[in-house]
Amino acid sequence: MKADYLLLVLGMGIVTYLPRWIPLILLSRRQLPEWLKQWLDFVPAAVLSALILPAVVTTGEPRHLEVFQPALLVSIPVFIFAWKTRSLAATVIVGMALFWIAGKF
Amino acid sequence: MSASHNLRTVMKDGITAAWPICLGYAPIGLAFGVLAQKAGLSPWEIGLMSLLVFAGSSQFIAVSMISGGAAAIPIILTTFTVNLRHLLMSSSLAVHLRRLNAGWLSLYAYGVTDESFALNIARFREETWDWRRALVLNHTANLAWIASTVIGGYGGQFIPAGAFGIDYALPAMFICLLVLQIRGGLYVAVAIIAGFLAVVFSLLLPGNTYIVAATAAAATIGVFLRKWNGDVGESGGTS
Repeated sequence: MKADYLLLVLGMGIVTYLPRWIPLILLSRRQLPEWLKQWLDFVPAAVLSALILPAVVTTGEPRHLEVFQPALLVSIPVFIFAWKTRSLAATVIVGMALFWIAGKF
Repeated sequence: MSASHNLRTVMKDGITAAWPICLGYAPIGLAFGVLAQKAGLSPWEIGLMSLLVFAGSSQFIAVSMISGGAAAIPIILTTFTVNLRHLLMSSSLAVHLRRLNAGWLSLYAYGVTDESFALNIARFREETWDWRRALVLNHTANLAWIASTVIGGYGGQFIPAGAFGIDYALPAMFICLLVLQIRGGLYVAVAIIAGFLAVVFSLLLPGNTYIVAATAAAATIGVFLRKWNGDVGESGGTS
């Protein structure tokens, strides 16, 4: 293994670790103001939506809108299924099955 | 009732809860390993990157930059911007990791990924879940990621593309975990705003800065919406 590569992955590791580490250390042991608690309470719903939606309605490099793709067509019934069942395991299995079937067409 | 501290129970709970992530990591990790090997990295080098960085999309980008002959500094800066979104996730997790000492927090920080964050933040609402189980989950996912990338690095694309819809395991998991985060009309509004802004920003901004931008904007709007609804104070805060 070359020293250059070791330095590269160490650098990558440090810049990835710090944003994961700093908030835990800074925020976990102090009393947070109410607005910040509320803000943080909205983060999971917001970040999951921000991760999911662009992935199913955009494609390519540079990105452009592409609404008619299997991922979106499958995501709609999967979303409804998750809403009705609230079961993670069942949703993952049904999602995979639907995506597999969608890939056959 | 609080969660059992029995080591075997903790291990079992953490490992079994991690299965959707492990399933989802397998095809992505193998694909990454194959790509990294084509870029000239040995299985050892691939494993080292997965161990030290443990962040899928940034690793894909780094490998494509390595193939393109990029220098170290631009690769490291790109990695930083791609992974900056974990800042928001760790902030949100901090509320659930009170009374933990710096050592455990530092170990926990290592395992914060999109997937482990989404799964743990949903689980932390259950009384049977705690930081010990979350740590086991993080490290189970970590092992699955390292192993699948290294196996891929030996040239093995053992899962044929598209088999059993395995590529959709993580998207399906995220969709269900999003649903579990919707605990009222305000959360619906925040999720829709975040999704809409993320799509718009993703078309305008380079890289994946759209995730942080859309999340921060939507959460801020959510705080204001809550205020305008008069739903402030103890009853409206985090439960």
